[in-house]
Amino acid sequence: MKPKVGFFDFTGCEGCQLTVLNLERELLDLVELMEIVEFREISSDQGEALDIAFVEGSICSSAEIRRLKAIRARSRQLFALGACADTTGINALCTDRTSEQLVGEVYGTAVGHLRYRHPRPLEAFVKVDGRVPGCPIDGREFLAILQSLLIDRMPELPTYAVCAECKLLELPCTFERGVVCLGPLTRAGCDAHCIAEGDRCRGCRGQVDAPRSGPYYRILEEHGLSEEDILNELRIFNLSGEKRG
Amino acid sequence: MKIAVQHLARIEGHANLVIDSARGTLRELRLEIVESPRFFEAMLKGKHYTEVAPIAARICGICSNSHTLVSLCATEQALGIEVSEQTRILRLLLAHGEILQSHLLQLFFLAIPDYYGVSSILPLVRSERALVGHALQLKKLANDICRIVGGRPVHPVTPTVGGFLRLPEAAELQGLRRDLVAALPDLEASVDIFAALDYPDFERETEYFSLRGDGDYPIFGRRLVSSAGVDCAVADYQQVIEEYLVPHSNAKFARLSGESFMVGALARLRNNFDHLSPMATQVAAALEVGPTTCNPYRILAARLVEVVHGVERAIHLIDDLLLAGLAPEELPTPKGPGWGAAAIEAPRGLLFHAYRYAADGRIEQADCVIPTAQNLANIEADLRALVPQLLSSGREELTRQCEKLIRAYDPCVSCSTHLLTVDFA
Repeated sequence: MKPKVGFFDFTGCEGCQLTVLNLERELLDLVELMEIVEFREISSDQGEALDIAFVEGSICSSAEIRRLKAIRARSRQLFALGACADTTGINALCTDRTSEQLVGEVYGTAVGHLRYRHPRPLEAFVKVDGRVPGCPIDGREFLAILQSLLIDRMPELPTYAVCAECKLLELPCTFERGVVCLGPLTRAGCDAHCIAEGDRCRGCRGQVDAPRSGPYYRILEEHGLSEEDILNELRIFNLSGEKRG
Repeated sequence: MKIAVQHLARIEGHANLVIDSARGTLRELRLEIVESPRFFEAMLKGKHYTEVAPIAARICGICSNSHTLVSLCATEQALGIEVSEQTRILRLLLAHGEILQSHLLQLFFLAIPDYYGVSSILPLVRSERALVGHALQLKKLANDICRIVGGRPVHPVTPTVGGFLRLPEAAELQGLRRDLVAALPDLEASVDIFAALDYPDFERETEYFSLRGDGDYPIFGRRLVSSAGVDCAVADYQQVIEEYLVPHSNAKFARLSGESFMVGALARLRNNFDHLSPMATQVAAALEVGPTTCNPYRILAARLVEVVHGVERAIHLIDDLLLAGLAPEELPTPKGPGWGAAAIEAPRGLLFHAYRYAADGRIEQADCVIPTAQNLANIEADLRALVPQLLSSGREELTRQCEKLIRAYDPCVSCSTHLLTVDFA
């Protein structure tokens, strides 16, 4: 029996599901290896028990909590697909204001009936068996994770930082341009993609398990950068304060 | 008869359709937006100009390149930055890549299943292998454009304020050009597939709103036009588009001259038919879509005409780049604080970003108006006109035709920067 797989989305941009659909060369093989029983973005089928659920997006309302719990209840394994589901990602940027302030800023005060809670990651509400990090996810990494799951093994994410991948590619260090880079803190697995493309690491994959702060402070000092410079950068993708609350 | 379709499938983002009729008359019809609001305009406040575009990209995974590019243009307008001709051409190429990608996804993955009577493209992998082959081949090509120019198809990496962080290699562009030319048979086959579809017979005139191209089919532009006589500068968009709240509904609607208007492929095509490439003009004739088409189901045909136009333009843009030779450039520096507005023709239509920057280079105020917010009132108006014609055809057929119509617009509810949503709990 082919494993039954579902893709679901909550509050987010659906860019991670799109990254799966962008695997044009592999898509036909994937359809052979698993049965995609739900994928609302591209299909109107729904409803049965699942072996693997990939869930994209953050959770922002009681309706979303109920829908997530229902998906969990009928899925053998549930994986967070991308940063919004995994750590709240970019959605956490609004958590420095109360929901009343946010509604007032965007809609004016005319809207009394809008009920809204700050976005939170999946694991604040349900058990999450594993995750595909990144904003967006890396298509290759998704395939590797899926491959493990299809042979019934738990996939493992790298335990080292993007900095290591960057060094292996012999890319010039971003700090040498006087630009803050989160490569030393961020979990590897993307092949230092953004640095290779001329940008810096913005930390979208979340932090490595035990970031080494000592050497990082030394790098900052050497390049005349402050702790505030780093925090500014970290706040874009790593504001997951409400994770287990 | 009450029909409630929860979480409409094959659209981006979450919306419900509610229809209530009694004794052959329509009592209520609503398109409910149930996507949670994401407050991007509030999130952008206080952000430095170097991080604004990467945040704005995350508004939408399907049109992240359009959000990135229009965000960069608004910032550059505000800060007094001029970009080079090379940057301008590369940005155009990237924008075409995204329109191709988004249109092909909509046409083959989201719309075609309606016309083949299946729930998704997946069953067609077996029954219509050639069709799926053309779709994947063309979609990959569109993604290759985005990858080579922007660094990756979703949330681009290379575009930055003033230019690009990394330029494509000449050899990559040559390869891309070869692949684009080689894809012409896939395009021809696609035209045959979409010319053979049985589009429902439904027409409703509305106001068609788009950029007006200056010698070229528009992507970026400075002039807004509508079929009802709007003709103004992009910077004045807040004066011509009125956003309003509807008591029964949960989304902010928008109007121009009348109660509703349309943006997107058909509006662009109607307002800029004279700027289509020669091949695209021929295809428009084959698909029976032109400057007077007012059947919203035929937005699909308009989309395919734009795909053909995009492939032809991409080939020419690559020629321009190769002929001039790509050269690394110094990124220009900001001149000072200020306000700037920009528009882009995103895959689904007009997309506006406007920012006011303070002297420290941080955003004081941001406004983003997305295409789907502009189309919502028009989709509802179409449904109101369509449903009475179909009330006798039964629940299943009525639901199917309504969903098909909604999908023809390719609504993107994920983009809800300020679609107003309500928790129905």
